[in-house]
Amino acid sequence: MYRFALGRLLQAIPVLLMVITVTFFLVHSAPGGPFSADKAVPPEVIKALEEQYNLNQPVWKQYVSYLGDVLQGDFGPSFKYSGRTVNELIAAGLPITAELAFYAMLVALSVGITAGVAAAMRPNTLQDYVPMTGAMIGICMPSFLLGPLLVLVFGIHLDWLPVSGWGDLPGDKILPSITLGTGYAAYIARLSRGGMLEVLSQDYIRTARAKGLSERLIVVKHALRGGLIPVVAFLGPAFAGLLAGSFVVETIFQIPGLGRFYVQAAFNRDYTLILGMTIFLSTLIILFNLLSDMLAIWLNPKLRHEIEGAK
Amino acid sequence: MSTLSTDSVVLPEDQGSSLWQDAWIKLSKNRLALFGLGVLVFLIIVSLLTPLIAPYGYEEQNLDMGATAPSLQHWLGTDIFGRDMLTRIMYGGRVSLMVGFIATAVALVIGILWGAIAGFYGGRLDAVMMRIVDVLYALPFMIFIILLMVVFGRNILLLFLAIGAVEWLTMARIVRSQVMSLRNQEFVEAAHSLGLSQWTIIRRHLIPNTLGPVIVYTTLTIPSVMLLEAFLSFLGLGIQPPESSWGLLINYGVETMEEFPWLLIFPGIALSLTLFALNFLGDGLRDALDPRTSKD
Repeated sequence: MYRFALGRLLQAIPVLLMVITVTFFLVHSAPGGPFSADKAVPPEVIKALEEQYNLNQPVWKQYVSYLGDVLQGDFGPSFKYSGRTVNELIAAGLPITAELAFYAMLVALSVGITAGVAAAMRPNTLQDYVPMTGAMIGICMPSFLLGPLLVLVFGIHLDWLPVSGWGDLPGDKILPSITLGTGYAAYIARLSRGGMLEVLSQDYIRTARAKGLSERLIVVKHALRGGLIPVVAFLGPAFAGLLAGSFVVETIFQIPGLGRFYVQAAFNRDYTLILGMTIFLSTLIILFNLLSDMLAIWLNPKLRHEIEGAK
Repeated sequence: MSTLSTDSVVLPEDQGSSLWQDAWIKLSKNRLALFGLGVLVFLIIVSLLTPLIAPYGYEEQNLDMGATAPSLQHWLGTDIFGRDMLTRIMYGGRVSLMVGFIATAVALVIGILWGAIAGFYGGRLDAVMMRIVDVLYALPFMIFIILLMVVFGRNILLLFLAIGAVEWLTMARIVRSQVMSLRNQEFVEAAHSLGLSQWTIIRRHLIPNTLGPVIVYTTLTIPSVMLLEAFLSFLGLGIQPPESSWGLLINYGVETMEEFPWLLIFPGIALSLTLFALNFLGDGLRDALDPRTSKD
């Protein structure tokens, strides 16, 4: 198990190197210099800027020095936010995005697992159809549609909740968290229903029933652990999805998190910021995928045996 | 020799046709899936005929009129430039569907070839090819697509390629596992003994037999591709004006939703209904073509 984990961790290193290399050269092959979008800049200013950002050196030299900096955790200065480094911007945005993702995940897991387990306990009844149709609607209602609709109803017409910001007004975290979490709640509901249905038909559940355990106890003590493995395996991809979803949700609700920085950097062509954030977000996503894989294996004795047997 | 050859060719086709008949009977009992199929057919027909049946011209503006609520002249109202929303949604749907189909087709071609070759040859080639798939799986593609759109400009062709290049991975895995389970079966051995080339065996005998799962996955890929396109267009990083798509219309609708909510709601309904229909159709096909997997 540990050896397997270590192996996977080592595998992540070439992937990350590839991410850094590909993003670096992609960004550097962008047509039009980073400063060309601005108004006519005096040539000596351009020269000074180029020197400051090492742009006058050959690309491979820039690459080597950038790689060295990144390995030490230094993403360099931002092109557009003068005087601020990419590290500072990431440090400013990360806590907000992490909090948003955390609440969204909380919404997704609590609603999703409840709905999925309830549906699996009485398959093909109303208790199954209602939450599963709801889940399908949740999947087909993308965040960039759900968010504005929630704002329209709860923010503007009913005037119950603030329509933008993060931590400025009481309750302004509710709508963004629901917007980001709903789609994942829907996926998790479908996954946990499928997982629970499979587990509930297994022999050890029949044994538990034969012992006369209550249905509630069977679900909580015996079935959940196995039935939720698909959900755990989904957490890694879900985390990547939450980060991407935060691009939209932070734009809609004007939340100053990583996602909004990324989209703004994309529009501003802030190359160092985009480069740094791509590498940073990729690292996060790769690590979370790894964690969720390990967790799924740890929960599933069958897989664990396969891995330990394969050595 | 000739009898053997007809046998080995007819046999898989025989199994295939009964599978399709079975599947159709099962599918036709699934009302939601039929509804999905109906919506899809309707959308395709409308998209093809849009230039002929759209009530107004795509660029037709009426600045004096501005945004109006739905009426008899403009069933879905008009936007702030006085453009007919129904017309704009129809043209936007063309682009959204086109992205969905073309990007899925790109994914399909790469995925099937990659998976079939890996599964057929096995061994070291398979290991290398699937390792590449594993590595690509670990990459955060959403971020990469945005990066591509930023670097190379927001180009619709690039959007097809970028989305297609993301979505082929799962297809390759599905086809590979299918081909691996098929390649030792007798009809493939028979094809080998007839002296058919390996490429012919892959193309004529293996790929057609993987169609069931491929069709199911394709049906489920189209909505996820359309969602991806709408997501990018909403952020302003996908389809660019004067082209239009449902994601872009939703983006515009959000800007004016306080005064003119129908500009957000109608394109939203169009997108959601389409995703809904395609997902139900995909689920229905999965149940119909593979009795073992229930919907998860």
